[in-house]
Amino acid sequence: MSTKTLIQTISVGAGGAASIDFTSIPATFDDLVLELSARNTADTPDAHIAFNGVSTSMADKWLYGNGSAAGSLSNAGIYFEMVRSTYTANVFSSTSIYIPNYRSANYKSVSIETVTENNAAGALMLLDAGLWSNTSAINQITLVPDSGSFAQYSLASLYGIKNS
Amino acid sequence: MGTPTYDPIQTVTLGSPANSVTFSSIPATYTDLILVMDATADATADCSLTFNGDSSALYSRTVLDGNGSSATSARSSGGTNIPINYNGALVTTNPIVNTINIMSYANTSVNKTILVRNNSPSLGLALIAGLYRSTSAISSLTLVLSGGHNFATGSKFTLFGVKSA
Repeated sequence: MSTKTLIQTISVGAGGAASIDFTSIPATFDDLVLELSARNTADTPDAHIAFNGVSTSMADKWLYGNGSAAGSLSNAGIYFEMVRSTYTANVFSSTSIYIPNYRSANYKSVSIETVTENNAAGALMLLDAGLWSNTSAINQITLVPDSGSFAQYSLASLYGIKNS
Repeated sequence: MGTPTYDPIQTVTLGSPANSVTFSSIPATYTDLILVMDATADATADCSLTFNGDSSALYSRTVLDGNGSSATSARSSGGTNIPINYNGALVTTNPIVNTINIMSYANTSVNKTILVRNNSPSLGLALIAGLYRSTSAISSLTLVLSGGHNFATGSKFTLFGVKSA
């Protein structure tokens, strides 16, 4: 029996959106997968994730390549990137966020992949290992650009996965 | 309309510590397998993967790894297992999340390739391409921790089957 079920899709309309917010996430699945296609209205790439309305007690490690070099870094938050406003027109980034055991009473580890390929310099491939040091079940996921807004046509879909 | 597929074959949630986890009698009715593990250990430990109980020197891997400050790449060949972490070992506190894609696992005309996303928020993360040089269909797989260490109680492993048609 197939077990990947669409919970909700959020499509950004004209005027953009300051954040993308999935609320009242049902507690009937085991894992969550969030797929995002995004572009920023500002000339910056960074965005972060909040769970249950908070972005504290978070950290991540990145492994990235930009077409000329590879690197790794750490953050005090869970971040991803998206295509900037100055990048090739009509191009959006692709991000996949996997959250296993989102209802468990353990800390929550997150696996993220992002690509911002746009046929020009500045593109990034990013792998991210994130951690939310909180034992609460996740019932809300909020994606927030650090500057700017999600541009029109950005699209986020949240799926639930059952393990049995 | 296509047929939905992403089927849970088996989930193992440890009720007590265990050095290894085995999925056996894997049905040959899918195209690819995906194994998701969310786990901690009783001490910092590496995890390795074997197929069909086979510990002969048929395994190799190439790694792209980051530890939060620098990126590296490495490879190993002629091994008796596939290590599925590099710097990103299991620890006692923050759980690691590994996703392991095993393509064409039941195809008896090809050697078996895997793609691993290893995520240890404490220690590092890696992308690992692995090879099991056997054309045998994969009917079982085993995850083992190094040094006799144990996966902690509550560690969770789920095997999914994916059909391509």
